[in-house]
Amino acid sequence: MKFIDEYRNEAEAQQFVRLIHEVTTQPWTLMEICGGQTHTIIKSGIDRLLPSEITLVHGPGCPVCVTPLELIDKAIAIARRPEVIFTSFGDMMRVPGSDADLLSIKAQGGDVRMVYSPLDAVKLAQQNPERQVVFFAVGFETTAPANAMAVWQAKQLGLDNFSILCSHVLVPPAMEAILGSPLNLVQGFLAAGHVCAIMGYWEYEPIAEKYQTPMVVTGFEPLDLLQGIAMTVQMLEEGRWGVENQYSRAVTREGNVPAQNLMKQVFRACDRPWRGIGVIPASGYCLRAEYAQFDAAERFDVSGIETQESTICIAGEIMQGLKKPHECPAFGTLCTPEKPIGAPMVSSEGACAAYYQYGRIMNPS
Amino acid sequence: MCLGVPGKVIAIQPDPNGMTMGKVSFAGIVKDVCLAYVPDVQIDDYVIVHVGFAISQVDEQEAMKVFEYLAEMDELAELEIAQPGGA
Amino acid sequence: MTTNTPDLLTALSCPIPISDYPTVLMAHGGGGSLSQMLIERMFLQAFDNPTLELMHDGAVINLPPAMSEENQGEGTRLAFSTDSFVVNPLFFPGGDIGSLAVHGTVNDLAMCGARPLGLSAGLILEEGLPMDDLWRVVQSMQGAAQKAGVSIVTGDTKVVDRGKGDGVFINTTGIGLIPAGVHVSPLRAQPGDLVLINGDIADHGIAIMSMREGLEFETAIESDSASLNDLVEGVLAAGGEHVHVLRDPTRGGVASALNEIAQKAGVGVQLVEKQIPIQEQVRGACEILGFDPLYVANEGKCIAIVAPEAADEVLAAMRAHPLGENAAIIGEVVAEHPRRVFMRSRIGGLRVVDMLSGEQLPRIC
Repeated sequence: MKFIDEYRNEAEAQQFVRLIHEVTTQPWTLMEICGGQTHTIIKSGIDRLLPSEITLVHGPGCPVCVTPLELIDKAIAIARRPEVIFTSFGDMMRVPGSDADLLSIKAQGGDVRMVYSPLDAVKLAQQNPERQVVFFAVGFETTAPANAMAVWQAKQLGLDNFSILCSHVLVPPAMEAILGSPLNLVQGFLAAGHVCAIMGYWEYEPIAEKYQTPMVVTGFEPLDLLQGIAMTVQMLEEGRWGVENQYSRAVTREGNVPAQNLMKQVFRACDRPWRGIGVIPASGYCLRAEYAQFDAAERFDVSGIETQESTICIAGEIMQGLKKPHECPAFGTLCTPEKPIGAPMVSSEGACAAYYQYGRIMNPS
Repeated sequence: MCLGVPGKVIAIQPDPNGMTMGKVSFAGIVKDVCLAYVPDVQIDDYVIVHVGFAISQVDEQEAMKVFEYLAEMDELAELEIAQPGGA
Repeated sequence: MTTNTPDLLTALSCPIPISDYPTVLMAHGGGGSLSQMLIERMFLQAFDNPTLELMHDGAVINLPPAMSEENQGEGTRLAFSTDSFVVNPLFFPGGDIGSLAVHGTVNDLAMCGARPLGLSAGLILEEGLPMDDLWRVVQSMQGAAQKAGVSIVTGDTKVVDRGKGDGVFINTTGIGLIPAGVHVSPLRAQPGDLVLINGDIADHGIAIMSMREGLEFETAIESDSASLNDLVEGVLAAGGEHVHVLRDPTRGGVASALNEIAQKAGVGVQLVEKQIPIQEQVRGACEILGFDPLYVANEGKCIAIVAPEAADEVLAAMRAHPLGENAAIIGEVVAEHPRRVFMRSRIGGLRVVDMLSGEQLPRIC
């Protein structure tokens, strides 16, 4: 496949690995923001090819991992209603709420459906005028234009049986929260390429300057990740900071302006709680007043649902790179991939799930 | 986050209401994709598709940069070998 | 009479804690680790016996030598296997539920090294199923049976209320005879053995998925559904005693099949990604769905684990067969990391190929 296969080439990958080994003279801790990048790193075994001085911390850029428990409980309450067709991306289906996940609601007879695009949910609403179709709108800036378009289109079509349960989160405030923490260990960032395809990277420049931290906008194929790591380490070794763009085939400094415009029309910035991290100011999107009629949380009045996060789970500290998964008291005992407490144990690329597998390899029993 | 897959635009159906749709081929698999966010896209261009939306047009020239970077690094390394002790 | 609950039933508490899974989930039938848990903790515990314990594709039953005519000193060995088929849609590119039901059980017998002797067919029909559809399914079963050289010798039919079934469910059970000198068993995998497969992976799962999800193709992806008994005869003729394990990687794909073998035999398996045959279009479909083709179902594929000295002959025998033109050596059995499967990625990194905990869900992440 064009624009995929050429970036999975062994000879060039090994050249990058050699380059990284050559330029690295001391320990560095880098964070890849995005869960998709973590996926590539683990799937292609990049973590095992790097010099031991380089530590990769898997960042919070996984909508599955950061959607707060309370919102999942709200989703489940809505999905249980008989008049509702609850639609979601596949990723969210297995994420545990307090007492169930969406797949188990489906098993109990709830009408829960997986969709590939929010437009599929709009189509379902058109086809089922007697039902209420709710879309679980999670995601970062990359997904926001798609969800904005779905809401915008529902309004154009005058659909009164479509709504979204909105849990949009934004990368820059999370980066600042990590860099601003007195315990921060992260010295350089691989910024998420597809988020930047939408937003550009001008927003990152003041953050890089303020915290004197190198950031490299990075793609998702193995060669992209390796080059992103090489560029970040070179900046660190040379004592430089700022924003560089590895993923220039898809990302410009200003980003996708038509997408940004529709997002601004439909959404406004608001405070958002992040699972395990807590509320970060202005770190998410909510629907604007003009689109409030499409807010599922209002329509189904689930505002009464308040859930406390598990006090055992240290997902927040893990996603900030402050602690390693095996330092969690629940790790591997109360919390396993089959029965996760925290979201990083849910998805195979979550930091806890990755450690769980690795631990089993070290001590096969 | 944000699985995005590059594919080739093979059909464009403009919509005056602003939601241009089209067909994108991924190694022979064709999907309906919203092209509203890549207004300048032409047939045969490559776009990156996320949840049924083209979020970016792939710049074919920039796509070579990864390999050019490696070539540059190689040249630098050769220069260093050619001048032991360096400048 | 007072309610007299049988003591035995109250004495045995459900081995899968109700608090974990109060209801059956789709993933309990998905071929991943939840399926495995259901089998190991519930069925193996309840049915406890050494034949089942082996968890092969079918059971091997030794008849006492006196009962057999040509006992060759080791008695007649019967292979015995059963499989149920639920597939939506009933008709898909490259096959239908009827031929699939025959292929599935013929293949399970073949994976025991057996030649099929006869099949039973149990059909559960949903009220309202068009008679014409049923006729097509039955014709297709007969066609597949004829091609595999086996007869459907007994059967049963039940009809359930409309809405209680998915058109047709089929169970097939088969018995087969294992020729003298053939000893295939998951326990025989040993370090040094090579891992072979008879062609492109993931065709069946993607053909079904694409019908369900309405993906269009420039050229259709067809299911690989086929009877493998003829191919297996060729494999056994070429490799004889050196053929250690045969396994058809159906639900859960190549990854789950190899994990099961590695766990049973207490060995490690190392795959080489570059050598695993896969069609370009199938790879494309996996990219857009966010699937890993290693976990996608096959219905006409056979993994053969073979001593190195016979690998070339077995590979040649596979390639000489119409169902094995793209056969390849995809990895080896190793002493390192027992019970685990690793893969050398395209870029030369090493990754864990784990058992999936549930069914694979399309992801946006």
